[in-house]
Order: sequence, then C-alpha cells, then structure tokens
Amino acid sequence: MSTMSITTSSTRPEGAPRGKRAGSRRRALTVTVLRCVLVVFFAFPILFMLVSSLKPDLQIFADLGSWRAFVPVGDVSLDNYADVFDRVPFTRFLLNSVVISGLTVALGIVVNSLAAFALARLRWRGRGLVLGLVLATLIVPFETLALPLLWWVNKLPSLEVDGFSLAYKQGWLDTYQVQIIPFIANAFALYLFYQYFDSIPRELDEAARMDGAGWFTIYRKVVMPLSGPAIATVAILTFLPAWNSYLWPRMVVQSEEQRPVMIGLQYFFQLNTSWGQVMAYSSLITIPVIALFLAFQRSFINSIASSGVKG
Amino acid sequence: MATTQQRMPASSSVDRATSARRPLGRRGDARAAALMITPALALFILFLLVPIVLAFALAFTNARLISPNPPEFIGFDNFSLLLTDPVFWASVRNTFYFAVVVVPVQAGLALFLAVLVNTKVKGAQFFRTVYFLPVVTSMVVVSLLWRFMYEPDGLINRLLQAITFDRFTPIDWLNEPAWAMPAIMFISVWQGVGFTMIIWLAGLQTIPVELYEASELDGAGRWQQFRFVTWPGLTQTRTFILVTITIAAFSLFTQINLMTQGGPLDSTTTVVFQAVRSGYQQLQTGYASAISLVFFVMVLTVSLIQRYLTREKG
Repeated sequence: MSTMSITTSSTRPEGAPRGKRAGSRRRALTVTVLRCVLVVFFAFPILFMLVSSLKPDLQIFADLGSWRAFVPVGDVSLDNYADVFDRVPFTRFLLNSVVISGLTVALGIVVNSLAAFALARLRWRGRGLVLGLVLATLIVPFETLALPLLWWVNKLPSLEVDGFSLAYKQGWLDTYQVQIIPFIANAFALYLFYQYFDSIPRELDEAARMDGAGWFTIYRKVVMPLSGPAIATVAILTFLPAWNSYLWPRMVVQSEEQRPVMIGLQYFFQLNTSWGQVMAYSSLITIPVIALFLAFQRSFINSIASSGVKG
Repeated sequence: MATTQQRMPASSSVDRATSARRPLGRRGDARAAALMITPALALFILFLLVPIVLAFALAFTNARLISPNPPEFIGFDNFSLLLTDPVFWASVRNTFYFAVVVVPVQAGLALFLAVLVNTKVKGAQFFRTVYFLPVVTSMVVVSLLWRFMYEPDGLINRLLQAITFDRFTPIDWLNEPAWAMPAIMFISVWQGVGFTMIIWLAGLQTIPVELYEASELDGAGRWQQFRFVTWPGLTQTRTFILVTITIAAFSLFTQINLMTQGGPLDSTTTVVFQAVRSGYQQLQTGYASAISLVFFVMVLTVSLIQRYLTREKG
C-alpha cells in the first residue's frame, strides 16, 4: 500500500470498539472531561494572545489575575493594531513572507516532482544510488549546515538590479534569493513525490508512449494531474517551515526591504516593549495560518499523517 | 485520469510517429532523466553537499565570516578549544537534558491524545483541531507569548496562585537556573505534541478493527487491548516518531534565542545556540563549523543507536 492511499481514504479514523460493560458510562464521562481539560490546556494561551491584543498594557496587567484575562472586556480597541502598522512596515514584511514562502513552495513542487518522476518512472543507470543518497540526507538537520552555509552564501556571486543596469556583487546577504533558493530542493518533498509516483500504474506511461508522448508530456499531462494529494502534501509541509523560518532569515537579512514577518517581531523589543503591540503583531501573523489551517484542515491533517506512515 | 482517456482515441493517427521514435528508446530515457534531475541535483550539490564538505573543511581552519584573508589550516585547534570550553560542555549537557525529557514526554502525551480522539464520535474532530492549533502557531510567536506569560507577575504565576488560593509562591520561571529549562521544555511539548499526535493517529488507522473485535471476544480489557493489539501495531510509527522528534529536539534554538539567550548561568544554552553565537555573532565560522561537526556526529550517533534498538527483530 502506498503512503497516500492510506491517509486519503481514511480521514475519519476507526475507533476502538467501545466497551459494553457497566463502567462504560463512567468511562465516557471521564473521556469527555479529559478532552475538555485538554482543550483548555491547548487553547488558553492562544485565546490570551488574541484577547490581550485588543487591550492597552495597563488593562492587560490589571486583568491577569482573573477570568477577565480571557475575555475582551474593559478598555477594548484596535489601537494596538494601528500602532503595529505605525511602528513597523508590516505590509512590506507580510508581502516578503508571502513572496518567499510562495516561491519556495511553487519552485519546490516543480523541481522535486521532476526529479522524483525521473527516479520513479524512468530507468537509468545510477538511479538507485541517487535515490539512496537523497534518502541519506534526510537525517541531516538544517541546523548542522546553517553556519557553513552562511559562510558559503557570503561568497556566492549575485547580480543586482541597479536602476537599469545589472551590477555584480559578492555575497547573497540581504536578498530574496538567499531565503528561497537553498530551500527549493528538498529531500523529504522529493521522497513524498517518489512514493506517490511509484503507486501510479505504469501502464499509463506505456499508453501515452504509444501515443507518441515524450517523458515531459507524460509528466505534465498524465502523472502530475493524478498527483493532487501529493502536491497538496508537499505544499503544506514546505509552506509551514518556510513561513515560520527564523534562524536563517535572522542571520542573512539585515535590511528592512527583505525582512520576513517572523524577524519583524524584533522591533518591538527595542526601546520600550509594549506587550499589547507584541500580541497584536503575533495575532496578525498567526491568524492567516490558523485560517488556512481551518479552511484546508483535511489536507493539513492528511499531509502530516502521510509524512509518518511509510508505505 | 481525464487526460489519458482523452488521449487514447488519438493513438491510431500517430502510429507512424510512434514507430519512428521507437529506436531512440533507452537513450532517450536517459536523456530525459538527466534533464529532469539536473535542477534538483544542482541545488542539492550547491546547498547541501557543499555545506557538508565545508563543515568538515572549515572546522580545521580559522575561517571568519567576513574577512579579507583566506582561511588558514590550523589543525585540531578549534576542537581542543571546544573540548576545554565549559560553556560548550554545558550546551551539550543541556541539549541532552532537553532531548531526554522532551522526546518521551512528547511521544507519550501525543499517543495518549491520539487514543483519546481516535473515535468516530461526533466532536472528536473538534478536539483534534484544538489540540493541533499550537502546531500552526509559529515557534517565534509561541516563544514570545510564553515569555510574557512566564513573567514573575505574569499569567502563569497568577493562574497557579488562583488555583491554589494564594498558597503558591510565584516563580521567576525563565530567570531561575533550575526552572528555565523545564519551562522551555513545557512550551516545546505544548507546541509540538499536536503534530506527533497526528502521526500516531495515522498509525492507529492502519491497525485492522478486526483485531480489536477478536481481542474483545477473547475477553481482553482496555489495557490488554492496548498492550497486545495497539502497541505492537505501531512498531513502524514508533520508530519514525522517535527518530524525527529526537532530531528536532537536538536542534533546539528558536525558543532559547527568544526566551533566555542561553541564560541564566548558561543553564539553557544549547549546541545549536552556541554554533550560531560563534559563527554569526562572533563571526568565527571555523569554530562554528567545529561545533556543527560535533553536533552532526551527536545526531548521527543517537539516530543510529535508535535505529539499532528499534530494528525489526527476528
């Protein structure tokens, strides 16, 4: 069985059968209480963040000791949000993050699926070796490479648009490309595509070949249109780290023009920290992702589920 | 599917073209494969292989991030400096401390949650969604939010006081050496456990329902069912979770950088935090590469041991 077919076909998990003995009523009650306690445990900080973003600092601190900390009561306004837009170029940061994660995801889908297609459906020498090497890199966390990579991108040449002329410059610091290009090729995404492509019947290729289709046509017109679930999985699993990325942009981006939203938070800790503003900024960068998650919940859950179950 | 079906009827008209192309066969395959794999391969070489090689090479040099001079070979100097640096040893200890607590707690709690929401009952979906919310909240936001809540007169202390009717003495969570790391462990589990829960759930779904029915007929209780049906059915999932969350735990950085900066008294500094501090803030790429190399060996060794211990027996 392939990875994807398990998870896409069974979004609602089968439950263990419920006990039929006398104690089952009490057990059901215990389970419900436990579940609700856990809801509080996971939700209260997020609720606190959203509610505090609407209050001035004085009100936040005054409300800390009571239930009022979790309810938008008292001096409630959108002032913190207005202050965020005054204090930092938030729209620019947001745009940067959208461009960076969007391009990382889109280019990643093309590059990794092409390579996975060649590995899964074409016969050529060295195929097994390349696949093995790609899988071996899965064990290397990015953090081990970050510092040598920092040194390395500092040496790479880049072209800079200067008015109407192109200027050569050394080093990739303070660019979009340094935040995108190193993260396009992704062994994990490649492997997910590989597994999925491997599960699509090869007779389809044969038939298309008979029609005179080349391999690129088969990729574009036959295999990719059938790979919706795999594309969704890769999109979600590469979007989250790109959007949340912190260590790397912190090191490679100094200028405001290329800064993603996660790094923008630093502004609020210079001079006087207003927690209300920090909470407003945090809410602003969290709400879109939560909204995306709620809208595509099934895809989110499936993509994470399929990352774990090996076919 | 639609595309293939549409293409089928056309086959007769291009028969001649096909037969003309045939002799190309395998050589055409190899060329197409080469074209398809080149972009990914080039990027892997440039941004994965080169940095790996550089980590090994630069660790034996005095390379600096910004320097007019080329790196000079200095032998094992970086490593001998590293091994005599008490802060480095503290970072290794802290990293292991974090992993040893977080990995089993997160895996265990996640399994508990997965079993708790693994039913068809209406509403299970709601609980799953809420437990998953911290996962879609970025670690940057989580770190700052909890830093605020951990303040001496912050939400956590006030809540604990309210629950215990003021018998609880407030703790300055992030500024006490004994409490800073546990406080960070707590939020790390809080943020990550929903992700692990989903992977356990996927594993639970692969266990056939018939096994539960059969064991129930045999009079197995809840615990026995878990012990003899659920647990053995999760062997693969278990290994995957163990290896992935261990690597993630070893890579601890964001929370440290945003909440404690390694303090108080180096009680929360980690290996990755040390690498960033020397390689980025102090511009010592050579020294940072040595730390990265030690880190890599650490992760590799632990992963291999885990794989060996969880290998399929028999």
